[in-house]
Amino acid sequence: MRAVYGLYNDPHVAQQAVENLRAAGVADADITVISSEPFDHFEFGHRDAKTAMPWVAVAAGAAGLGLTYYLLGAGQRAWPLVTSGMPIVPMWPNLIIIFEMTMLSAILATVIYLFVSAGLPSRGGRMYDPEVSDGYILVGVENPADAARLEPALAIAGGRVKRIS
Amino acid sequence: MDRTTSKPIADDLIRPLFQTSIWFYAIVLATGTVVACGAAAWGYQIWNGIGVSGKRWPTFWALYLTNFVFWIGISHAGTLISAILRLVNAGWRRPVTRCAEVITVFALSIGAMFPIIHLGRPWLAFWMFPYPSDREIWPNFRSPLAWDFFAINTYLTGSLLFLLLPMIPDFALVRDRSTGLRRRIYGALALGWRGTTKEWNRLESAMQIMAIAILPVAVSVHTIVSFDFSMANVPMWHSTIFGPYFVAGAIFSGIAALILAMAALRKTLGLEKYLLPLHFDNLGKLLLLMAILWGYFVFNERLTVWYGNEPHEMAVFWATQRGAYAPLYWTMVVCNFVVPLAILSNPYTRTITGTAIASFGVVIGMWLERFLIVVPSLTHKQLPYSWGTYQATPVELTIMAATFAGMILLYTLFAKFVPIISIWELKAGLPSRLDPAALAEAALLATRLDTEEFSPDSSSTQGEHR
Repeated sequence: MRAVYGLYNDPHVAQQAVENLRAAGVADADITVISSEPFDHFEFGHRDAKTAMPWVAVAAGAAGLGLTYYLLGAGQRAWPLVTSGMPIVPMWPNLIIIFEMTMLSAILATVIYLFVSAGLPSRGGRMYDPEVSDGYILVGVENPADAARLEPALAIAGGRVKRIS
Repeated sequence: MDRTTSKPIADDLIRPLFQTSIWFYAIVLATGTVVACGAAAWGYQIWNGIGVSGKRWPTFWALYLTNFVFWIGISHAGTLISAILRLVNAGWRRPVTRCAEVITVFALSIGAMFPIIHLGRPWLAFWMFPYPSDREIWPNFRSPLAWDFFAINTYLTGSLLFLLLPMIPDFALVRDRSTGLRRRIYGALALGWRGTTKEWNRLESAMQIMAIAILPVAVSVHTIVSFDFSMANVPMWHSTIFGPYFVAGAIFSGIAALILAMAALRKTLGLEKYLLPLHFDNLGKLLLLMAILWGYFVFNERLTVWYGNEPHEMAVFWATQRGAYAPLYWTMVVCNFVVPLAILSNPYTRTITGTAIASFGVVIGMWLERFLIVVPSLTHKQLPYSWGTYQATPVELTIMAATFAGMILLYTLFAKFVPIISIWELKAGLPSRLDPAALAEAALLATRLDTEEFSPDSSSTQGEHR
């Protein structure tokens, strides 16, 4: 993997580096920003923010609800148990189990979607610098067509440019 | 703003992972010994049969079920409180959430053990699980015990994920500062986390969704635990108030446990800079609110029974008010109501020590409350010929002591291997010039300090990158 990136200790400077890369003709999708904390109050922190995760959770919850409703009813009819004059398929108690399974389905789907959409677990081999853990913000491009052309865009006061060949 | 100034925070919070004090070994040895005694007592019970416990007709639910309800209640410290604070975006939550979420996972695991211990023959616990067996034994989904299985497992799964997901970025941080085997272990736990904007956005979205989903689950868990009692036609159990009463009690005991854990962590891990008097003050106010709410529920429950004047209910009522259980009952009232009100309603006594004392009282009081719900009702059932007594045996008491020691042991081990305060969340809480909430806070601070240093005018770039 080849890469060129800058390390910045100030999010404002990192934001400037992102804008410089855009001005240099790098597509948004090719710009990588890595940090040790989320930056919700900066534009670069909102890249890739759009997600279908809430809808996936709702859909999984609905699927869990339907499946549990079916399995409970089918199981209770297949092994009928008479208890205290209650119906063979008693809806009031079943609602409790249906509720729990609905929420469990939504939670599990959320976590699975998180891992799949964020590409976790990842084996490594991607652009990274351990200095990110010290608070630096990494702004760079993986496998650039012309790394030398991008270096000036990243070389801003308060930043350090590094290149992986 | 220079974000590398947050490096000392990370250094401080991961220090306990790299340095081990003599206290760590002492606590592990002491609590490990008690846990081993508990395991031996359980083995003794399995070998000799459930008769070695104090459970006798008519009191078949006793100390084990008391502890089951108590620990499930304690588990409400974490995920519920953390989820509420996340959803309302309370800034002061940041150092508190993980301390709290850990309590949930360990307390739930400990609580869920008690029905299995209570069975006497734990190898048959799988009979409760929902699978169609070839003997045509199918769990009765009308039974509150089957509801418990679903509710506790859902809450445990959700709480575990709610705890683990925000730990991934912190594992990555520890990975970057480690070498050798430790680096490999934390590298595996970090799952290749880099901290890209996509990863951060997905993680934050997932935490928001899970916070919304876990709240009703948390409420349902203790409501369903209360159904174990209120669905039975036993004096002073068959009550519609039990659901909210149990939930309020659970949150009450949970907050108390959280305050105690935070006070202990603050001292033993030197976290005075992060677990501030402000956190104890805020949690102390919450504890005070819950003490009043608990008193309100108890008054409602007792007044209804007293006014109804049903003979079989009054037998339990008087046994707890002025009979054999009265000393425990009035100790409970003092611990849960009088002491918290006296200490926490006064800002001068709502200190770290004050909230810790009140919390210790609440934990004792809430354990007594669980005992007084379970045992007196069973020893005073509808017909006087079925009345009995209950005496806990050393086996039961040893197992109970082992679970308390087990909780301390698990918590100590967790704090040894995982940063007990979420580092990235704490860093994210540091003021940024583009953060309106932090700006407002800084402006308020500037007014108080009468200084120009925090003037909002210095933030002329606000919103320029939006």
